[in-house]
Amino acid sequence: MAFAAAIPINRISAKPGQIAAVALIALFLAIFLVIPAGTVIYTAFTEKGTGALTIVNFQDFFRTRLFQQSFFNSVYVSAMSVVWGTLIALPLAVLTTRFEFRGSLLIQTLGFIPLIMPPFVGAVAMQLLFGRNGTVNLLLNDWLGFRIPFMEGLNGVIFVQSLHYFPFILINLSTSLRNIDRSMEEAAQNLGSSGFRLFRRIVFPLAMPGYLAGASLVFVKVFDDLATPLLLNVKDMLAPQAYLRVTSVGLTDPMGYVISVILIVVSIFAMWLSAVAMRGKDYSTVQRGGGGLSKRPLRRGEAVLAYGVVGLILLLVLSPHIGLLLLSLATVWSFSPLPDGFTVAHYTRVFGESSLYIKNTLIYASLAGLIDVIVGGAIAYLVLRTKVIGRRWLDWAATAALAIPGVVLGIGYLRTFYGISLPDGTPLATLWVMVVMALAIRRLPYALRACYAALQQVSQSLEEAAENLGATKQRTIRRIVLPLMTGGLLAGFVTSFSTAAVELSATLMLIQSNSDAPIAYGLYVFMQSPAGRGPGAALGVIAVIMVAACTLLSHYVVERRQKTLGMNK
Amino acid sequence: MNMEIRNEAGSRGAAKAISITDVNLYYGEQHVLKDINLEIKPGEFFAFLGPSGCGKTTLLRLIAGFNHARQGKVVIGGEDILDMPPWKREIGMVFQSYALWPHMTVAHNVAFGLEERRLRKAEVERRVNAALDLVGLKHLAERRPAQLSGGQQQRVALARTIAIEPRVLLLDEPLSNLDAKMRVEVRRELRELQQRLQLTTIFVTHDQEEANTVCDRIAVFNEGRIQQVGTPMGLYEKPANLFVANFLGTANILDGKVTGDGNARRFEVAGAGSIPIPAGVDVPEGAKLVLRPQYARIGVNEPGSVSLPGRIAHREFLGATVRYGVQVGSATMLIDAPFHSGDSLLEPGRETMIGFKPKSALWLAN
Repeated sequence: MAFAAAIPINRISAKPGQIAAVALIALFLAIFLVIPAGTVIYTAFTEKGTGALTIVNFQDFFRTRLFQQSFFNSVYVSAMSVVWGTLIALPLAVLTTRFEFRGSLLIQTLGFIPLIMPPFVGAVAMQLLFGRNGTVNLLLNDWLGFRIPFMEGLNGVIFVQSLHYFPFILINLSTSLRNIDRSMEEAAQNLGSSGFRLFRRIVFPLAMPGYLAGASLVFVKVFDDLATPLLLNVKDMLAPQAYLRVTSVGLTDPMGYVISVILIVVSIFAMWLSAVAMRGKDYSTVQRGGGGLSKRPLRRGEAVLAYGVVGLILLLVLSPHIGLLLLSLATVWSFSPLPDGFTVAHYTRVFGESSLYIKNTLIYASLAGLIDVIVGGAIAYLVLRTKVIGRRWLDWAATAALAIPGVVLGIGYLRTFYGISLPDGTPLATLWVMVVMALAIRRLPYALRACYAALQQVSQSLEEAAENLGATKQRTIRRIVLPLMTGGLLAGFVTSFSTAAVELSATLMLIQSNSDAPIAYGLYVFMQSPAGRGPGAALGVIAVIMVAACTLLSHYVVERRQKTLGMNK
Repeated sequence: MNMEIRNEAGSRGAAKAISITDVNLYYGEQHVLKDINLEIKPGEFFAFLGPSGCGKTTLLRLIAGFNHARQGKVVIGGEDILDMPPWKREIGMVFQSYALWPHMTVAHNVAFGLEERRLRKAEVERRVNAALDLVGLKHLAERRPAQLSGGQQQRVALARTIAIEPRVLLLDEPLSNLDAKMRVEVRRELRELQQRLQLTTIFVTHDQEEANTVCDRIAVFNEGRIQQVGTPMGLYEKPANLFVANFLGTANILDGKVTGDGNARRFEVAGAGSIPIPAGVDVPEGAKLVLRPQYARIGVNEPGSVSLPGRIAHREFLGATVRYGVQVGSATMLIDAPFHSGDSLLEPGRETMIGFKPKSALWLAN
């Protein structure tokens, strides 16, 4: 990673402990990331049956109409999700960063809410609100005599995904906008520029790197998502095709692997594109004593318009949650704008039957978070504070997990570990531990960033002071580095935990029995049948509350700790 | 750099005067600028000097249109500008951070203001070239700001501002981001350029040396008020109050009180005896005695001098001079003695006396 290279390191030689740490982490990454991913790629290039290297599978793929269509659909849905996500995020980002707008904090907070619920959960609620016979269309039809096909086919996927993922654009764009120094704008005004022209020529170009980072992330997320299209019954997209091939045709069918490779390539390509676009463009220009862009008060007419637009957008963004809540409390909700009656029966049923899902989720997500913090913290320390051989490779490999979609990792685990049997005869691939490992690997890149940030906050002179006073390296880590990193490590843990708690794609491939299933899987199973929707929605509400509570709690703890330590941010 | 570009890139027509009348500015309850009145002559190189937080940058940003006065008038070339938005004012400002746009090349940065004025492409190109030529950076036109040194960035910022032929030029601490050596070089260039363009210029700085060396006149600011306006020499020789005396150059300030009256007035220095106040010197209420370090001598009492007893407290050898700290009453006075080869230095702890001519002393109040 670029910033890792910039850290001056002042160590003479690697200690045995460091080498052991490198070896252990390398083994972990090899078994649970490199080998499964490598197996998938290798299988895609081998002939079925003979095992000879070939590209015939890819030729088959591109000759098949269904796959051509799926490829096109995936690209189209991802691109349109970026477009709609931008249309939602841009006004919100501009309003909150450029104007004195009372709802700013509300927007910044609400912007995160979609992220603590997997998109597919909202999808069912969205059907009920925006579907052909959903609330909005029923009302439209009654009053105006027409319907809008929000949820028809690919539209539905685009609608759900852009509402779900726009915060990635919002957060990145807002940060970029906030990092523009006030003088950048003032200099333009001083030279005669104002209004929209100033925004177009100066402000937006300066925020461009942030926008691109957010947009490419949305593209990749949507491209890789498996559960949302499946639940909306859209099968002609790449990720669902990969899943269906492997689960229905079988583990030996090469098409699942070919699609996996294509998913990986597109992920890497999108990330590469945004990296290229951002190269040498650190436009963060805030100067000491400068401050961000000036905010101006809204005029009366503007305020009315702004509140109108924001209100509408927030209503849209929250509609999956509102719908889910209604659904979880509804007796029957079909062909009517609102449910016929309300009940708490779904909650009692979920708590009675499905507490297992909740327990499993807590175990899996905590373990995954713990693994991420330990591995991420160790890699961060090795990269930033030692010169041990192979540390950059560890960093690189852990980060590479970003490019492996969940469905691909799931397929890789099945392929790699299915042949290995446990003593009782069941294949290793179906052991619940594999789900934990898949979740840990998927979340590792994010946890790693958090660990880097936490360690970079600890000035090296603090360690040197401890060593100067006679502490060994190990004791310095234990008594100085770890205590000071706690806040950052906790932040990393929570990020991993809360996203792992609602992740489905790899889980969907690996879970074989209901007793091992986490909430996300249970949700998916419930949501498949009309009768299961009520309990499914109740489970979804519980998941949202659980994740939100954990996030808030950790935020509070981290803030308080940072304050007592006198560290900023 | 040559004379004929003067009208290609630079001020339009004759230099403009700036007249500031009764300006008051508040940040909420905080009174930041208090009763500012100032007349800046056409073509003058004028400094706003003062410690940080004194209001000098606030006034500059008010002139540029980034701050808003609750009352008062700012007239440039006969036109009241306070009601205009910044982009209509035609006032060039060079920002402390330079504020070069990182996503544009040097040439595009300089062209920006001209494009906003919808000039023809050929005209834009001609004036960009002229402006870059003026600051000697034509060869770097296609670079990005991040590829330039601090001094080069500063010149691009200047070229960008001058290219629009502003009515007046505002410089906000233009030297503060440069290293010490560059600072001396750039301030000379700034002075030269300003002289050539005959552009009324305001230079904000907290560094008295910068203000003294570059500017025709200086307004000294403190706590939102203009303390005094004058030429560098005038301010040094005849400071209006203790703040100005202390801020421009080193000054010894001795507490004490006035006794007697008429021609027999004396100033009793706290704990160190008294000296006569020369006839005709105006001594304001609550005045203190102000003496520059070079006007006193140690252990020498020339005819016409007065003396006070003291003890050497410390000394610093500076090369051309030796700066002694002499305990006089409850105060430690700094006194510079020229150093000549072979001189021996006075040892700390030694009892002595200091002598100075009463005419070189000042009596100033806050």
